Amino acid sequence: MKNIIVIGNGMVGYKFCEKFVAAQTTGFTLTIFGEEPRPAYDRVHLSAYFEDENATKLEMAPASWYTENNINLITNNRIVDINKEAKTVTDQHNQQHTYDYLILATGSVPFVPPIKGVEKEGVFVYRTIEDLEGMIAYAKHINQIKPNGKAAILGGGLLGLEAGKAVMDMGLEPHVVEFAPKLMPRQLDARSSKVLQLKLESMGIHIHLSKATNQILGDEVITGMEFGEDDILETDMLIISAGIRPRDELGKSCGLKMGIRGGIEVNNRMQTSDPYIYAIGEVALYNQMIYGLVAPGYDMAHVAVQQILGHTDITMASDIDMSTKLKLIGVDVASFGTPFMPADKGLSIIFENKTQFLYKRINVSLDGKKLLGGIMVGDAADYSMLHQIYLNGMAIPEDPAQLILPASEGGGLLGDIMDLPDEAQVCSCESVSKGQICNTIETGAATDLAGVVSCTKAGTGCGGCKPMVKDLTEATLKSLGIEVKDHICEHFDFNRQELYSLIQVKGYETFNEVLDNHGNGGHGCEICKPVIASLMATIHADTANKEYAIQDSNDRFLANIQRNGTYSVVPRVPGGEITPDKLIALGEIAKKYDLYTKITGGVRIDLFGATLNQLPLIWKELISHGFESGHAYGKSLRTVKTCVGSTWCRYGMDESVSFGIELENRYRGIRAPHKIKGGVSGCIRECAEARGKDFGLIAVEGGWNLYVGGNGGANPRHAELLAEQIDNQTVIKYLDRYLMFYMRTAKPLQRTAAWQERLDGGMAYLKEVIIEDKLGIAADLEAEMQTLVNKFECEWTQAVNNPEMMKRFNHFVNSKEEDDNLVFVPMREQKMPQQWQ
Amino acid sequence: METFLSKYTKTAPAEVTTWFKAASVNDFPKDGGACVKYKDKQIAVFNFERLNQWFACQNLCPHKLEMVLSRGMIGDHQGIPKVACPLHKKTFSLESGENLNGDLPAIATYPVKIEAGFVYIGFSD
Ligand code: SRM
Ligand SMILES: Cc1cc2nc3c(=O)[nH]c(=O)nc-3n(C[C@H](O)[C@H](O)[C@H](O)COP(=O)(O)OP(=O)(O)OC[C@H]3O[C@@H](n4cnc5c(N)ncnc54)[C@H](O)[C@@H]3O)c2cc1C
Ligand code: SF4
Ligand code: FES
Repeated sequence: MKNIIVIGNGMVGYKFCEKFVAAQTTGFTLTIFGEEPRPAYDRVHLSAYFEDENATKLEMAPASWYTENNINLITNNRIVDINKEAKTVTDQHNQQHTYDYLILATGSVPFVPPIKGVEKEGVFVYRTIEDLEGMIAYAKHINQIKPNGKAAILGGGLLGLEAGKAVMDMGLEPHVVEFAPKLMPRQLDARSSKVLQLKLESMGIHIHLSKATNQILGDEVITGMEFGEDDILETDMLIISAGIRPRDELGKSCGLKMGIRGGIEVNNRMQTSDPYIYAIGEVALYNQMIYGLVAPGYDMAHVAVQQILGHTDITMASDIDMSTKLKLIGVDVASFGTPFMPADKGLSIIFENKTQFLYKRINVSLDGKKLLGGIMVGDAADYSMLHQIYLNGMAIPEDPAQLILPASEGGGLLGDIMDLPDEAQVCSCESVSKGQICNTIETGAATDLAGVVSCTKAGTGCGGCKPMVKDLTEATLKSLGIEVKDHICEHFDFNRQELYSLIQVKGYETFNEVLDNHGNGGHGCEICKPVIASLMATIHADTANKEYAIQDSNDRFLANIQRNGTYSVVPRVPGGEITPDKLIALGEIAKKYDLYTKITGGVRIDLFGATLNQLPLIWKELISHGFESGHAYGKSLRTVKTCVGSTWCRYGMDESVSFGIELENRYRGIRAPHKIKGGVSGCIRECAEARGKDFGLIAVEGGWNLYVGGNGGANPRHAELLAEQIDNQTVIKYLDRYLMFYMRTAKPLQRTAAWQERLDGGMAYLKEVIIEDKLGIAADLEAEMQTLVNKFECEWTQAVNNPEMMKRFNHFVNSKEEDDNLVFVPMREQKMPQQWQ
Repeated sequence: METFLSKYTKTAPAEVTTWFKAASVNDFPKDGGACVKYKDKQIAVFNFERLNQWFACQNLCPHKLEMVLSRGMIGDHQGIPKVACPLHKKTFSLESGENLNGDLPAIATYPVKIEAGFVYIGFSD
């Protein structure tokens, strides 16, 4: 039996054990010492501890795992000495342990610069769970004694910014202090750093650059930092994040070869100057560098295991990839390869848009054929693919700019993920290649994403590769002809369109009928219930009152729930036209119930802050003044926005208001896969923004131009021209067909824009179906829509006139009281809910 | 804020000292929920008609501390009965109270019994 002792039960020490177990060897005993009180945990996701203070969740493996695998885990015990000659180590209780092979995985400690006053209370470092516990308790204490506490972070690198976000989440005002003139000096160039700074400032993180701290102010407790004579930052707390120093004291004391600035030197077999002692992780100095990332540490663990087992040909690569993607902080930042490019080695292409806090830079070889590195701030969605192109030296487009330009400007040409070579390393934390991922599916070892992840461990480290693992899984399944089922949820093996047909053909009237006949034996959930509610409404022209318990929560109470559990009230104002009397009525009702009032982005009036009990009372009054539901809560028609048109406007070509009102009243109340908005403009000046809507009309010489599939929201898209110069009747005919076709075939929660974009055959096909009636369904579509139009009923009028339905609008079943938890605070002569904690 | 949450503690059937008569079975929606006031507490009560089972839990969502859970949609996740908060659709097991799609703290659950057409909720205070 040979003894292996690992010193340091951190991420890399643990990984050594895991790789050792995986190698399934006999003839060794494995002992691991850890100074911390608990088994190794995921330091990379340490900040998650702020959310729930749950240390167990961060564990790399529970203590029982070590026992099950015959590993002797000794926590809470520091090794204080190594005797190379006798091959023994001494622990803090003066016990000696002999080894045949010794692994140093002691990691690193935060570097604390020798600034006067760093020992004061309220100064922290950011490395262990105990550090975080201290910070949380201290921040709580500050929050208790003063309202606007501040916390400074010394160091504007990767970790410092993560700490900045963490203190902000703890309710303190964050100030990041950086010595260099830019943030993340190691990863970003000056321009991207500036973009990142603007973005962080917009999020409420204060940034102080080019600041050298002279001393920490305060008696015993920190009160501020002094940079220059009159340059002071007041702060109640300080987190130091100024880099790391390897924990190499054992190496030094036992005489191993050390780097000039610390770190225990290793060769490409991870051996130190003593062939029986290995060093891995952040304590190891390899190629004269300390790598402050887990991925290289894991590779080192792998090499050390293989070396000890006699596979001496397995060595550490000479080039270590230091690409990084920042996590958790609410803004995408990534850098890969060579982020800064000396002009004689390559050329840079830069795309910058400060208004959207966007910066992308790629560096390509002088011949323009290879990607050498890059930086992305604001949008790192393409990071994984670019990183792979770089790592694998893949071919790039003739105009490399296409790799970073937005799709609308000829970009988005990243290539097919399946073109990656099999050996491309997709998950660097766990060293999983593209080939391994595809292989688990091809061999049938996994049939979906969850299976791939559990077979390969891809994506379980820093998580940065998850989107790519998902894409690869889906592409492989597809290449095998396995349909990637888009069933709506775990309760049904059908997609929305299939359920549509089932309900229509079988004539089901209730959710339970559909579930009992076509479900998987479960009881439904928040995903399938609203989908089926919407289908029932489309097929049978039911209102949301019919089966209210399966409606999405907003539909159930016919109002939009707000931040504090109260509701908003939005009556329909067709086309935006409203009489002075109705305006007055709205004002008076809002005043009576003390409702916050504003004009919405959909140009109507929203009254906020109604309690559940008040909703029917308010609606009764609105209805008595001629209002009806505006369906602001439903996946249904919202508004048809109009411009004033030829009734008043000197340029108007047609009566846009009249037509807008007609359309809004036609399609009001119908339920669809997602909300629908319309717009009607009186001329091409387009004041109604009709092309930003699901359907839009613009009056032109000789009729209306009809546009479809427009969208605002996160991915704005202009509607596309379906038909030109058509009259009112034809508009309605085409729109009936278009909307009904969309309602029949779209996925749940898919707006017309997304649906249309993915429609096989595109606009040409859409025209064939809608205008030329290629599928022979036009008459059906029109008839179905006409049924919905004829059966329209205002669901609020229905509800307030039915005592049984009114019971729904009580906060309590056993009391007439209202929610006693509501707190409003004044704001600009109106009110708003108290802020969330 | 903590005191607010700590009002609600998971109560096992064996710990019940008071069975509070909340309301008639007919006052609750089928396969849906409603809120019951008990002293200074708000309790969400759910009628799983399909399962012929009732569940109760705190009305307070641990995510943003709003009194909303009774207004959420119910259903099951792999057989575990659950409620989805109407604000951000965090889901909670109605058996263990555990957050099924995140790491929020568990919600307190309470025993329910039905007798002579009335719904009773069990408390230990
Ligand atoms: C109230 C309002 C903001 C305001 O105070 O102005 C609003 C409020 C909400 N919008 Fe909006 N949107 C409002 C106009 C808009 C507009 C402007 C417009 O209609 O011209 C847009 C862009 C146009 C568009 O839809 O294409 C808009 C695009 C969105 C989106 C993005 C949709 C997309 O396809 O990308 C969402 C998210 C979603 O629906 O999934 C959204 C979601 C929401 C939600 C439902 C968010 C939520 O889940 O609570 C908000 C409901 C609040 C409520 O209680 O009413 N809201 N929202 C506006 C109500 C208009 C109305 O009279 O009904
Ligand atoms: C907040 C935070 C975020 C991070 N984010 C990322 C990221 O996004 N991506 C990334 O790649 N990296 C990240 N890192 C870095 C990453 O965590 C480290 O690279 C990794 O933990 C190094 O592993 P290690 O085992 O070498 O050291 P450690 O994890 O520090 O483990 C060393 C262990 O050895 C113990 N020890 C030391 N001396 C002794 C002794 N004499 N006797 C017994 N035990 C001893 C220590 O107590 C410690 O538990 C982050 C680090 C932090 C702190
Ligand atoms: S933009 Fe966002 S915050 Fe504003 S109303 Fe719409 S959903 Fe709410
Ligand atoms: S408040 Fe319940 S999920 Fe956010």
